[in-house]
Amino acid sequence: MSKSLNSILLPTAGGITLMLGVAYGVSQRGYGQDKIELLEDRVSLVEARSAEAQSAADASAATAAAESARADALEGQVGELQAAVAAAQASGGSAVAVSAPIRDGGYGLGRAALPEEIAAWDKDVSPDGTGLPVGSGDVWTGDEVFAEHCAICHGDFAEGVDNWPKLAGGADTLADKDPLKTVGSYWPYLSTTWDYVNRSMPFGAAQTLSNDDVYAIVAYILYSNDLVDDDFVLSNENFLDVEMPNAGGFIIDDRETTEAHFWNPEPCMENCKDSVEITMRAMVLDVTPEDEGAAEAASEDHSAVTPQQTEEAVLTESSVTTEEPVATEEPAVETAAIDPELVAAGEKVFKKCKACHQVGEGAKQRTGPVLNGIVGASAGAVDGFKYSKPMMAAGEGGLVWTEAELTAFLTKPKAYMKGTKMSFAGLKKEKDVGAVIAYLQSFAD
Amino acid sequence: MSENSNTNAPSRRQFLTGAAAAGAGAVAATAAKGAGPDPLITEVQEWASGLGDGVDATPYGLPIEFEKDVVRRNVEWLTADTISSINFTPIHALDGTITPQGCAFERHHSGAIELRKEDYRLMINGLVDQPLVFTYEDLERFPRENRVYFCECAANTGMEWAGSQLNGAQFTHGMIHNMEYSGVSLRTLLEEAGVKPEGKWVYVEGADASSNGRSIPLEKAMDDVLVAFKANGEALRKEHGYPVRLVVPGWEGNMWVKWLRRIEVTEMAIESREETSKYTDTLEDGTSRKWTWVMDAKSVVTSPSPQAPITHGKGPLVITGLAWSGRGAITGVDVSVDGGKTWKEARLGAPGTDKALTRFYLDYDWQGEEMLLQSRAKDSTGYVQPSKQDLRAVRGENSIYHNNCIQTWWVRSNGEAENVEVS
Repeated sequence: MSKSLNSILLPTAGGITLMLGVAYGVSQRGYGQDKIELLEDRVSLVEARSAEAQSAADASAATAAAESARADALEGQVGELQAAVAAAQASGGSAVAVSAPIRDGGYGLGRAALPEEIAAWDKDVSPDGTGLPVGSGDVWTGDEVFAEHCAICHGDFAEGVDNWPKLAGGADTLADKDPLKTVGSYWPYLSTTWDYVNRSMPFGAAQTLSNDDVYAIVAYILYSNDLVDDDFVLSNENFLDVEMPNAGGFIIDDRETTEAHFWNPEPCMENCKDSVEITMRAMVLDVTPEDEGAAEAASEDHSAVTPQQTEEAVLTESSVTTEEPVATEEPAVETAAIDPELVAAGEKVFKKCKACHQVGEGAKQRTGPVLNGIVGASAGAVDGFKYSKPMMAAGEGGLVWTEAELTAFLTKPKAYMKGTKMSFAGLKKEKDVGAVIAYLQSFAD
Repeated sequence: MSENSNTNAPSRRQFLTGAAAAGAGAVAATAAKGAGPDPLITEVQEWASGLGDGVDATPYGLPIEFEKDVVRRNVEWLTADTISSINFTPIHALDGTITPQGCAFERHHSGAIELRKEDYRLMINGLVDQPLVFTYEDLERFPRENRVYFCECAANTGMEWAGSQLNGAQFTHGMIHNMEYSGVSLRTLLEEAGVKPEGKWVYVEGADASSNGRSIPLEKAMDDVLVAFKANGEALRKEHGYPVRLVVPGWEGNMWVKWLRRIEVTEMAIESREETSKYTDTLEDGTSRKWTWVMDAKSVVTSPSPQAPITHGKGPLVITGLAWSGRGAITGVDVSVDGGKTWKEARLGAPGTDKALTRFYLDYDWQGEEMLLQSRAKDSTGYVQPSKQDLRAVRGENSIYHNNCIQTWWVRSNGEAENVEVS
């Protein structure tokens, strides 16, 4: 057994160790001589206990060996602590914390992990293919699966929608001013793509894809990056044959050598530069978010406001807030007919939808349309949202989002409307569907 | 109690809620130094006569309403969606070193999930003698440690590589927090399972839908990594990984896996998404550094700064900021008011401690002159925080991560400050 501060001890010594730890901790804060004296008292106490343990060992023939070992270990510990205390005294007591003990042989806590449990959670895949399940998928299947599950964010051709990640393109751009980092141009290992799609995608419905679908999606991403032909089939067998263009593009952190000059014992304090000029200003770009908190009462566009005007606006705001708040009864009327508990339950269910939809005051179009007033509204009718063709057609055909229609849609979106952009698997529980519809009803248009 | 008062004089805080606060100081100064008697003193104020809230008013308290601008902020254009995004600690408005949990920055990849302690399981598997499953209750029975560490996102200051962009310390340097963690040493748990000799890494993984996972060399895992369940004395907030997160002192925040559910001992790094396609640093020639785990020494003046202008006029001015290093303790901070021509050693609020935030102060007599304010951190390994030019000379402008350059605030004679770059 090693005699470091970490390597403590047998059960009987635990209490003493903890107490010593406390005393030692106190001494480390540099509180002065009185604390150190207190600590010295504690150490003598421990020494006394150690002697007791030793005599107990002498008294019991049956346990003599074990007790003696405990006493020896404890004495060693005390010696180390004394040395540490002496060192702390010498250094004036710098902040050093004592590690918690680790017990040889463990604490007997926890239980054995079952093979099924390990299989359920241990899904990561290493660059050498360790962890890949048996399976395969071709580019054309991948095209379909990608369109269904991925294209809404990543685009039909993996080119990315809005700010969502682009998965294709960017070859030979890594040394450019604006490199485009995609699976094709940047990712060093194909295992990473398979692993990430398998465990973390689709966004909002992770771990719902079959192994073959994951192979197919990865095959399609490779195809989108011109790394394989359209007849390519990816499987666990040929997985390691795929060459990733940037596999050799990484070096291990070398800061300690290439940036060794940042270690500088005597940095310049005087006359470090001849002149200093401002070369760039953040105000020129003006991309800093405006403060929403301050804009509560004022609806002006702050970016167009001079500092003087801002001051006036704030003054106005402060005089307004000294008045009685205006009662707002409208929301109470609107939600009167809806069961508030159901609405609250629906708010929780709506978390599944939030990845793509916003609802309520200030809601904006996201990947999916704003849902204010959606219950009772015509399908495909939210202004400014680009619906799928089937959804547009259904709306033109007179589809209205009654509770019954919404229930059917939310239970199995793809079965209800083939071709919908909504890449959501559906709500399995009937009561979740009812709750989320009640929640949506609480937001009239 | 509402914010009714007998005076319409706005508080200093109310002034500062605006995007800019020029001229505000003059008004506030007038109120305090006015020729006549101050009505706040001569008139009986409502709070000095009526009653305040009872002890049952707030079972768990939030900051008083006058501090409602001291909040995390989001930069909308940074990411496609707030669910996979980051927000920023209001470091410009805080003092001391401990970050309150309620305003400590958040970074999620699939949103902040709600996981009950009763439903929590932690698995250790892979190259161990005995794969184990722990409940939350099990974790509470292991010997516990308390440690204060900073957690900084590798992308903190990442928007500033190519030039000054965001106008405020919160936005340039707010992907950081510093808390006191209580938890179990990862080493204790690994020894409970028994690491096999061929085990060289641990792969740590979260329970949320992002399955965020990172590979950590066994040497670090057996050193100072904590499996933490309390921060600043109370349970972790859900946004910081309730009920259990990993604390990887001095290393980039992405490795501090939240909702920690699995620790796998492996022979090699898994090279998952967050350690290949992200959190790797592309250099000027297009090659990229990987495994850049440690956070270099860094500092920033938090006040004055763009969101915390000088409002009190000439005379005594407290210049203050934060410094930290992932390699050890902060040993000193230098401050320059002339853009780096000359430096003065700042006063540390307390001696620097290992991989934790250190507060610094420079007590300054300001006569209304323009300043180009900078701070420069020095750590216990002898590392000195580099200038932006020095950093770019080695790394170019496309690293995204690990920008620890010296920050410059241009403080004008009216007390306003702006994020700038200097020659």
